[in-house]
Amino acid sequence: MYAYDEIDRTLVNERVSEFRDQVKRRLSGELTEDEFKILRLQNGVYLQLHAYMFRVAIPYGTLATNQLRALAHVARKYDRGYGHFTTRQNIQFNWIKLAELPDALEDLAKVGIHAMQTSGNNMRNVTSDQWAGVAPGEIEDPRIWSELIRQHTTLHPEFSFLPRKFKIAITASDHDRAAIRIHDIGLRLIKNEKGETGFEVLVGGGLGRTPFIAKTIKHFVHGRDILSYIEAILRVYNQYGRRDNIYKARIKILVHELGIEKFSREVEDEWQHIRNSSLQIDDEVIEDIRSRFTYPAYEKLPHMPDELRQAAADPDFEAWRKNSVAPHKVQGYSIVTISLKPTGGPPGDATAEQMDALADLADKYSFGEIRVGHEQNLALPHVAKRDLPALWKALDKLGLATPNVNLITDIIACPGLDYCSLANARSIPIAQELTRRFANHELANLIGRLHINISGCINACGHHHVGHIGILGVEKNGEEVYQITIGGRADENAALGTLIGPGVKFDEVADVVEDIVEAYLALRERPEELFMDTVKRLGVEPFKERVYATR
Amino acid sequence: MPLVNGGKIVDDGFVKLAVDTPLPERGDILVPAERFLGEAEGLLQRAGKVGVIWPNNRDIAELVPYLGRIAAVALVFPTFRDGRAYSQARLLRERYDYRGELRATGQVLRDQFVFMLRAGFDAFEVKKQADAEAFMQTARRYSVFYQPTGDGRITALHRRMQLRHSEGVGT
Repeated sequence: MYAYDEIDRTLVNERVSEFRDQVKRRLSGELTEDEFKILRLQNGVYLQLHAYMFRVAIPYGTLATNQLRALAHVARKYDRGYGHFTTRQNIQFNWIKLAELPDALEDLAKVGIHAMQTSGNNMRNVTSDQWAGVAPGEIEDPRIWSELIRQHTTLHPEFSFLPRKFKIAITASDHDRAAIRIHDIGLRLIKNEKGETGFEVLVGGGLGRTPFIAKTIKHFVHGRDILSYIEAILRVYNQYGRRDNIYKARIKILVHELGIEKFSREVEDEWQHIRNSSLQIDDEVIEDIRSRFTYPAYEKLPHMPDELRQAAADPDFEAWRKNSVAPHKVQGYSIVTISLKPTGGPPGDATAEQMDALADLADKYSFGEIRVGHEQNLALPHVAKRDLPALWKALDKLGLATPNVNLITDIIACPGLDYCSLANARSIPIAQELTRRFANHELANLIGRLHINISGCINACGHHHVGHIGILGVEKNGEEVYQITIGGRADENAALGTLIGPGVKFDEVADVVEDIVEAYLALRERPEELFMDTVKRLGVEPFKERVYATR
Repeated sequence: MPLVNGGKIVDDGFVKLAVDTPLPERGDILVPAERFLGEAEGLLQRAGKVGVIWPNNRDIAELVPYLGRIAAVALVFPTFRDGRAYSQARLLRERYDYRGELRATGQVLRDQFVFMLRAGFDAFEVKKQADAEAFMQTARRYSVFYQPTGDGRITALHRRMQLRHSEGVGT
């Protein structure tokens, strides 16, 4: 956990007081809605279909239990008793009242949580691997660097009014859980031949109307230069990114129009001017940030405790353990993913009661720490294996032990037309129907790893382009129509999905997904061949044939 | 539109000229970039100070040869969501060492003052009277800054290093 010092606390409080003044000026009419819009967006406040929506940052997906309780408190006091975890390590509240927002922010500030730059054309919440610091084989904890970049990008005096939003993600593992290749800047932490820490820097990834997978702009930027290098990218983007057309304003379009070679030359020129400046980071600064991350005092525990051996007789426990429990870098401990995808539920939602109860469980079993992942699930990062059976029982009581992590019902979905003013189609009911269709755990397990991502419009908040099966809702002649892609992925082998054919109606989507899955089960060479691999081997044709043969 | 300079509301000593306004015989003038570049020598030789209004989509490096001889640069915020002039301002101050008046014009609201001060602006054509009056109060709103810029304000990282070293004394 990163602990705020007085300096960080002061800044967050100053931001709350500024926002309070902005809300006051809006309510008094001193600010027009047009002016206020930009200001509220800088602080995570959208106007949605029914009410204001409030998006709160969970930087690099790390939460302490007092912070999770504060989020529960906000859900209960200022909203309707629940929150929605998003694909970028944020939480959204859908029913907030403008006049109460400053108070909600002040309550969150007390535990070091803020909503700065969770929307608007600025540098968004820095995201990272939800298993950072505990994943086996990780090079080093990427949260140290995430925090450095979080601070540097917060209220940046030059880059708070960019052409468009700007997202940075960091990973330090071979397996990319942070989806860095679909970010404006993706950072892959690596070591050079001297053993020094640095980053492969990728740029220009993003989804939306014109999706791109990020390209490598530099194979190694030394850690001490990472801020100046990011600053150079942003300065080029701030000056040359398009501002005439909102759909062409992201850095991916600039990179695409200039070409990665020319773009990287521009960045390199700018970087040479600023790399030997006060932006250079010395080891002491990194050590200072590192010193404010606390790590658990792990015990020496056996690899296979008796509690686990005994619980193995219970098939329900085993189903959950095999699905939701992952290896930890320390022997005797595990990382537990908590599915927020119950059968029939909206993906990513948690009630205030669940959040409070989970905070208690994290205090008891996970050294007071919770993680939030971009798949809209939570995790307890340091659970002793001997505690797994007790934890499972407690989670099951809370409805938080659905054993479907990474399976077909572990669906990513945006809020869609049920909440969002940009949406053309509903997302949540599609997800709910799919979780019912595939509720049988044996069937879901037989299918194996398969990610379905659903967006209710072309803005792609549900990351449909990179779903193994992607579902995009559009509007056609006043009707909701869904386009289906297959073969996308968001990890280290990121790829965009391919459209299988004409769009289908709302009522047909679940049938089409069933057809695709049946085709896969018939076509796979062996049970271990994942859906993704079958699509890669055979292309979309056989799936297309199956889906449209009878339609 | 009130002008804030040195933290106070002041009278604007400059007269703004359009591309085709006849040149006044005396007095300080602010001239659009295109006109300035077209007749720079003539303008600079006349009595009275000369400032340039520089659009946010033109390379600020073009102005570098004249920086020692002009009294003001006015950078433009066509809307306050268009942040290109922040980069121009920092380049003028931090790369080209420009020390004259650096003025923000266009849609300037109190909510940008801190960013603008940090980027190197010292004069502000403020859209609303109430915002101009609130200048000093707004400028002091923040006491913590995470990024180093040419304004010399001490950054959070730097302050932490100082604290670390002072705590380290005698241990």
